[in-house]
Amino acid sequence: MHAHAQSEIHRHPLIAFVARWLLTTNHKEIGTLYLWLSFLLFFIAGGMAMLIRAELFEPGIQLLHPEFYNQMVTLHGLVMVFGAVMPAFVGLANWMIPIMIGAPDMALPRINNFSFWLLPFAFAMLLSSLFMEGGAPNFGWTFYAPLSTTYGPPSTDYFVFGVHLMGISSVLGAINIIVTILNLRAPGMTLMKMPLFVWTWLITAFLLIMAMPVLAAAVTMVLTDRHFGTSFFAAAGGGDPVMFQHIFWFFGHPEVYIMILPGFGIASQIIPTFARKPLFGYRSMVYATAAIAFLSFIVWGHHMFATGMPLAVELFFMYATMAIAIPTGVKVFNWVATMWQGSLTFETPMLFALGFVMMFTIGGFSGLMLALVPADFQYQDTFFVVAHFHYVLYPGAIFGTMAAVYYWLPKWTGHRYDERLGKIHFWLATIGVNLTFFPMHFSGLAGMPRRVVDYSLQFADFNRISSIGAALLGLTQLLFLYIVIKTIRGGEKASDRVWEGARGLEWTIPSPAPHHTFETPPALARVLDAQPTPAEPAGAGAGATLR
Amino acid sequence: MPPVRTIWKAGLRRSHPRAVMLASGLLWVVSDVRAAAAFDMREGVTEISRRVQALHHLSFAVCVVVGIIVFGAMFYSAFAHRRSRRPEPAHFHDNKRLEVLWTLIPTCILIGMAIPATATLIEIEDNSDADLTVLITGSQWKWHYQYVDAGFGYYSNFNIPRGQIDNLQAKSAHYPLEADRPLVLPTNKKVRFLTTSRDVIHSWWVPDFAVKQDAVPGFINEAWTRIDKPGVYRGQCAELCGKDHAYMPVVVDVRPEAQFDRWLSTQKQALALASQEAVAARNKQWSMAELLPRGEDVFVKHCATCHQTTGLGQAGKYPALSGSPIVTGKIEDHLNRVMNGKAGTEMQAWAPQLSDLELAAVITYERNSWANRTGDVIQPLTVYQAR
Repeated sequence: MHAHAQSEIHRHPLIAFVARWLLTTNHKEIGTLYLWLSFLLFFIAGGMAMLIRAELFEPGIQLLHPEFYNQMVTLHGLVMVFGAVMPAFVGLANWMIPIMIGAPDMALPRINNFSFWLLPFAFAMLLSSLFMEGGAPNFGWTFYAPLSTTYGPPSTDYFVFGVHLMGISSVLGAINIIVTILNLRAPGMTLMKMPLFVWTWLITAFLLIMAMPVLAAAVTMVLTDRHFGTSFFAAAGGGDPVMFQHIFWFFGHPEVYIMILPGFGIASQIIPTFARKPLFGYRSMVYATAAIAFLSFIVWGHHMFATGMPLAVELFFMYATMAIAIPTGVKVFNWVATMWQGSLTFETPMLFALGFVMMFTIGGFSGLMLALVPADFQYQDTFFVVAHFHYVLYPGAIFGTMAAVYYWLPKWTGHRYDERLGKIHFWLATIGVNLTFFPMHFSGLAGMPRRVVDYSLQFADFNRISSIGAALLGLTQLLFLYIVIKTIRGGEKASDRVWEGARGLEWTIPSPAPHHTFETPPALARVLDAQPTPAEPAGAGAGATLR
Repeated sequence: MPPVRTIWKAGLRRSHPRAVMLASGLLWVVSDVRAAAAFDMREGVTEISRRVQALHHLSFAVCVVVGIIVFGAMFYSAFAHRRSRRPEPAHFHDNKRLEVLWTLIPTCILIGMAIPATATLIEIEDNSDADLTVLITGSQWKWHYQYVDAGFGYYSNFNIPRGQIDNLQAKSAHYPLEADRPLVLPTNKKVRFLTTSRDVIHSWWVPDFAVKQDAVPGFINEAWTRIDKPGVYRGQCAELCGKDHAYMPVVVDVRPEAQFDRWLSTQKQALALASQEAVAARNKQWSMAELLPRGEDVFVKHCATCHQTTGLGQAGKYPALSGSPIVTGKIEDHLNRVMNGKAGTEMQAWAPQLSDLELAAVITYERNSWANRTGDVIQPLTVYQAR
């Protein structure tokens, strides 16, 4: 992807190629590996989604046997969450965080290599279950006991080990990011001067360290319940299947924010650039992110309102969940205020970032509705929930990633991408997302449960629209792949700054970024000058008002 | 395109702005008139379901208003503050008063939503003073309803011919939510539901009652309803419970009180009659010709979803019965497997679900179908003695 001076000239080119990527400890190369793996898994899991939507095109069973359908539902969720969204964000973190804070590399480069190379094996193991006797895991990505314990297919054990590997990879990656941010910042780069993307990733990394071990505990208990005679989740042995859900969602809800906080950071980088105006409310953005992260640990019960919780517990989780709307609202208002009275242009990264803000907010709205327990009894486990979390994940996490790719691709490759194609990609993806997921609100409200292979005739029309949308959305991403490859191979030369309104250290280095950057820390003046909010005497910003 | 026009008119007639918007936006794929009518949470037939719908409408309205303000500001800014109109950006990046304001206002709105939600929830969670209690037991993939006070109960099985699922015949109006025996309930009585499960977690849901309660193996959950209007109400299992999760309908037949009482007493008579018939079946010597068609019926209804009508099962998941060592081996092993199931698999215990005659018939059928030629005829008496 970028020029790399190979010293070992005697090796066979193929061996040299493999050795370079297998043994690399360079944060940019590892970032590239993460991004490509995520891209590949995005297409695999997306293909599964298109199979699911093809089956749901009409009532009745057309293409997929119910058993296989459940496997597709399970793997689509697992691969998208752990294979597409999370590695994409880790890839972006790898590439950008050291550059954005003026560090020469990640603090723990060998661990960085290890945490990446765990992933291909983890997903090979998980996906190989498709070819095993009894088929792949079929209990949904939430693997509720006892469907996954007593009733799980033999391949469940491969799933357990796959998840363990992914968890180890995530925790190592998170430790690396925290250590890098806390120790390798250039002089003058105080915490409250860090770019928002770095801030949101710092908080995300703490979430990962706290949440992933809980998931590891859950899969381990599933394994011992299956093979070693324990009864954590079986009432007959004194356990409780609902305890599984408590443990899973104690991981699962922070996980939701792990998949969106870096997106918040990306939007907070991009919107000021194209508004040519500093981010509004930098401090409140940081505090709001921290508040969301804290709340994410005390709202897990809102996934479980129908499991028979006592009234007091339901009320607690309802109020705590509703409270998330406050810091999230602050973020959205801040983005709008950043746009306000700016000098706006709408290049592809900006389009994706604005699409992110708008459609993520729609997902936030349905999230607020889902928090209301009495109404949740009707929404729970319907397509309304499917619509909700796809609105926060697709136009949220995935549009966020795409915005970031368009934003930084010229820095990575040294070439400008094709702006016209980028815009076509955005509009097709936006139409596809809404065509696919908006009708799901309606089919869910009308009473269609999720994870069904077949449904009532009354839901036929909305499902047909969703399926057409899904086909469009899936095919559109081939255009994205084409644009990325085209940009790597050539195109208009990108300047160092790339975007005239861009601020931050990453725009002070050449495009494409050289193999090593900031081997000596950047000068203080350069750091201060490059910061998101211009350096000024403390407190001076507080007096500024809207004009 | 007549159906399209019908929807358009239907939307106008109801003068429902969203229906009009929807119909106009989606003209090109919409084909079924009834479908366009169902896109909102239903009002239902209980006081709770109406309050839940009102809460849904309240929160939806709040979201729409906030959305209009926020997205309006975004679109306005995108239009009015674009570079061609505003080459020089402003430079402000802070405003304490504004930030406090947009923290406090949402807080007040949220409190305004939490109050009715809390009141409704307190009502929903009051399970006391029920007039009638039904124990609902989920299992893969059927419901069992036990009238606790009356002391009787029955299974409610999925009841759609295979051909409709495979698109070989026209689908019935309520596809796939048809059950062979609905749950029968009276109007205007507080009915308490106790839910539990025999295998995995299921969730018993009837949208018209706004009741959704998980059925957790080894635990009993509570919910209740009081239904205003007689009628047939449909729902289905809402928690992924395995292969046939989509085919686990809930059908509730709600009757006026007097009719319900009559139904209850006929059920008790039918129960007595059934036990007489069981005794008669036990005392009779059945021939293979009598048992085979009965056995096939039972097999198609209960067994074929996994073992397939071909008896070949599904590789790696559901064992073939054709040529199976159990089915062609000792009769008592075969009886044991069918009656008691296999722990930890989807093969459930059929002894509590089927009569002696049904069990005898299906086992006879399995031993003399496909590649199996044992010639064994199993008598209901044998089954009775094995219980």
